[in-house]
Amino acid sequence: MIEIGLGHYLTLGAIIFSLGTLGIFLNRKNVIVILMSVELILLAVNINLVSFSIYLQDITGQIFTMLILTVAAAEAAIGLAIIVSYYRNKGSIRVEEIDEMKG
Amino acid sequence: MIAHALFFYFFSIIAIVSAIFVIVSRNTVHAVFFLILDFISIACLFIMIGAEFLGMMMLIVYVGAVAVLFLFVVMLMNVTEQKLSWFRGTKKTGHIPVGLIIGTVILLELIVIVGGWRYRDSFSETEFLSFNSEFTNTHMIGNVMYTDFIHLFQISGIILLLAMIGAIVLTYRKREGVKTQSYIKQISREREDSVQLKDVEFDKGVKLDD
Repeated sequence: MIEIGLGHYLTLGAIIFSLGTLGIFLNRKNVIVILMSVELILLAVNINLVSFSIYLQDITGQIFTMLILTVAAAEAAIGLAIIVSYYRNKGSIRVEEIDEMKG
Repeated sequence: MIAHALFFYFFSIIAIVSAIFVIVSRNTVHAVFFLILDFISIACLFIMIGAEFLGMMMLIVYVGAVAVLFLFVVMLMNVTEQKLSWFRGTKKTGHIPVGLIIGTVILLELIVIVGGWRYRDSFSETEFLSFNSEFTNTHMIGNVMYTDFIHLFQISGIILLLAMIGAIVLTYRKREGVKTQSYIKQISREREDSVQLKDVEFDKGVKLDD
């Protein structure tokens, strides 16, 4: 309990990952919250990579964390652009009203 | 050691609670603020365990750019009428129990993996990338970022360029009635099309047709 090891960080990452997936599944509010949940999932992945990198004394994990950071920023920009253009066309970003494709 | 444990629990509890508030808060602006709090506490954890460069990077990229982008978009839209509805939509769907079951199963699977997993002693065999105690964290990242990982670095640059072009293309809207220069028209204009020489007789006007 007092001795903080790799397992503690992995557990933290697992909890944040599952909170992110819960946010995607449960949300009926608006699409922006789904995008934020995706950011939470990527954050959990970053926690895993950094803690492995520190505890195994290998720098590769931190490099890959930077790449994930880049991809997360790009994904947020594209997703928000899609949401903005959708809002401009439809006037609403409620999740249950986005059903044109009947998926 | 005790300080490490204390700070770990402090920051991780803040991170988990703010992650919960990100997905349950009714006001989207509050959700973005909790997302910022989550990023900050995780960045503190990174700095604490020795990945200082990534912690600072996280503050700059996530808090400084991504979260502010989210805030801009949230405030550009009219999301006030959506405050009342929480997880439950207006239509009746069975997504809440299904979502809860799937989330719990994912959490249990991850916990089982973390609890029952032992890594090999010889897990880290890439010696040229292992930590060198005489360098700082930033120095180590810089040593391998532009040498061993140069291709990944450049690919990530291309990804950022693609994101920029994609965001501009998606949100670009051509407005009507705005006077702009047309460079093609200006450049391709010939002398014969635009200049006419007329012999004007004395005391008579000249009639131009255009």
